[in-house]
Amino acid sequence: MSEITNDWPVWEVFTQKKSGAPHEHAGNLHAPDAEMALQNARDVYSRRNEAVSIWVVPAEHIVSSTPEDMGPFFDPANDKIYRHPQFYSVPKVVKKRS
Amino acid sequence: MTKQEALFTYLLRLADDRLILGHRLSEWCGHGPVLEEDIALANMALDNIGHATSLLTYAAEVEDKGRNEDQLAFFRDVREYTNIKLVELPKGDFGFTIARQFLFSTFAMLHYEALKDCADPQLKGMTAKALKEYRYHHRHSKQWIIRLGDGTKESHERIQKSINDLWMYTNELFFMNEVDEVLISEKIAVNLEKLRSDWQKLVEETLKEATLEIPDYKQYMQQGGRNGIHTEHLGYLLGEMQQLPRMYPEAQW
Amino acid sequence: MNFNEKSAFMEEQARLDEFNRKLEAGEKIEPKDWMPERFRKQLIRMMSQHAHSEIVGMLPEGNWITRAPSLRRKLILLAKVQDEAGHGLYLYSGTETLGVSREQLIEDLHSGRAKYANIFNYPTLTWADIPIIGWLVDGAAIVNQTMLAKSSYGPYARANLRICKEESFHKKQGYEAVALLANGTPEQKKMVQDAVDRWWWPTLMMFGPHDSNSPNSSELINWKVKTKTNDELRQSFVDRTVEEAHAVGLTIPDPDLKFNEEIGHWDFGPIDFDELYRVVNGDGPCNKERLDARRSAWDNGAWVRDAASEYARKQKLRTIKAS
Repeated sequence: MSEITNDWPVWEVFTQKKSGAPHEHAGNLHAPDAEMALQNARDVYSRRNEAVSIWVVPAEHIVSSTPEDMGPFFDPANDKIYRHPQFYSVPKVVKKRS
Repeated sequence: MTKQEALFTYLLRLADDRLILGHRLSEWCGHGPVLEEDIALANMALDNIGHATSLLTYAAEVEDKGRNEDQLAFFRDVREYTNIKLVELPKGDFGFTIARQFLFSTFAMLHYEALKDCADPQLKGMTAKALKEYRYHHRHSKQWIIRLGDGTKESHERIQKSINDLWMYTNELFFMNEVDEVLISEKIAVNLEKLRSDWQKLVEETLKEATLEIPDYKQYMQQGGRNGIHTEHLGYLLGEMQQLPRMYPEAQW
Repeated sequence: MNFNEKSAFMEEQARLDEFNRKLEAGEKIEPKDWMPERFRKQLIRMMSQHAHSEIVGMLPEGNWITRAPSLRRKLILLAKVQDEAGHGLYLYSGTETLGVSREQLIEDLHSGRAKYANIFNYPTLTWADIPIIGWLVDGAAIVNQTMLAKSSYGPYARANLRICKEESFHKKQGYEAVALLANGTPEQKKMVQDAVDRWWWPTLMMFGPHDSNSPNSSELINWKVKTKTNDELRQSFVDRTVEEAHAVGLTIPDPDLKFNEEIGHWDFGPIDFDELYRVVNGDGPCNKERLDARRSAWDNGAWVRDAASEYARKQKLRTIKAS
């Protein structure tokens, strides 16, 4: 069988459903390099033309928070309630229009 | 030859190439070298068979003898099939399939680019849609040619052999006869001879990048497919493909 | 227990409490969350079996792509089998989040260590088997996957959600084609009834052993990886399928099949679980062929995978040299 045992690296795939929308994580795949990863992503994650744009990122380059980080990362924002739209009361007439 | 007869034959040629190539590609389903390629090859099979179906539907309409696309696909025998021999050869290994994909899709891409001003609106629409697909097939197979050519010693030897073996079937891509003449005068078809230098340029560029040798253009070149003179492989392919509708001709599926 | 051991134990207990709290609250367990080793092992087993089933499942249907009786049926079948490859891929991806590589999983399949659904070890003999697989086998898979889309393990739930979305056409096209055959020529009617007769019982076996005999299942339910038992899923499949069969005039090959007014479900006869165990453990009509086909696809592709890896390695070196 195979003499070279290096398996193809994993790539994370992000697809954009329509222009203006954010790229969202779709899944991952295995590919030897970026060009092949991009081609395979089209075949695997856009078989029904679900994507207008695709990003592929080597999975090893993704830095992720751990559950332990979640406290310090997100707590400070939790008391800035003015960042959330629900903080603002809007006159009823305006509400209807929006 | 009337315009109608010429157009019917022209559509059959396009359709037969794609149906038979799609059949060979579909044989990979479940047997690819890696899951991602299994999916890619199935996509290209779907593109080809889907496009062939539209072409046959239109051909049946042009013929106007009450046949439909399935009758054209399943009830014509080897001698009535007009595809080039290149597409009917058995699928071989992954490299052989890729080499054929590369040689064919490079041509199909150029051909459909040239048909962008086609005077037949239906054919123009169909080929414009399929052009996007062939651009992708070209890109996919080109990238693989480069990786296999410039990969390991084994892959280099294998892909070189496939390119060499397929070479004598490539001249048929440019086949033309009265059918083309009639349609060229109607501005429906294009002079395929004019595509030759672009095809050679694209093929040679990629082969060079892949560290592969360009085979001799002056070798013996196969012909006959367009006139129904095929390799022995096509009979088996059609036998398999046409078995059910021929066993149960009155049945609906 | 010394102080260090005690604090490690308490830490472990706190993690387990948090894991249980999440399950209790209906929250998803994500790859980086702590989870009991047994949970991880059972998920790897279950998810990889599911992935392998999709991949091996391509073979019996793939067998008919080149012989499909119309261009439309050919396109549908090809797209469906291709979807199965995609679904296998999503599921392998999900399994990889548990710290096992796809290559390892594939090796487990090829060596016979890993299992896959019993049903794919039966041969597809006539064209009617293809619509019947779409209707029965995909119908059974949908019942299962709809439940798994709510699984407590995030990546598994998301993979199944995507699969369910894409598979909705599989069963529909199957039933449409079954109806066409059932109302077709006498030969077609005979062909499709014969296919029902051969596929019915193996399909019921797909849901696994009875609850009383399925330790894995109750453990998975406790963890909310599954939310319904094997028997519950099987019953809901039988209830909906029997009516679909009758609607097109097909007979289910079970003399004990009878509607139970009292409980509002269809009662059905005993399942031959010896056959299920025999087939799952390797002795079915096509086990050897299926595994041989997978192995040879993998082995014949080795030179291709190696070439691409080698090219990527060379390109990296070239980029380094150039800079």
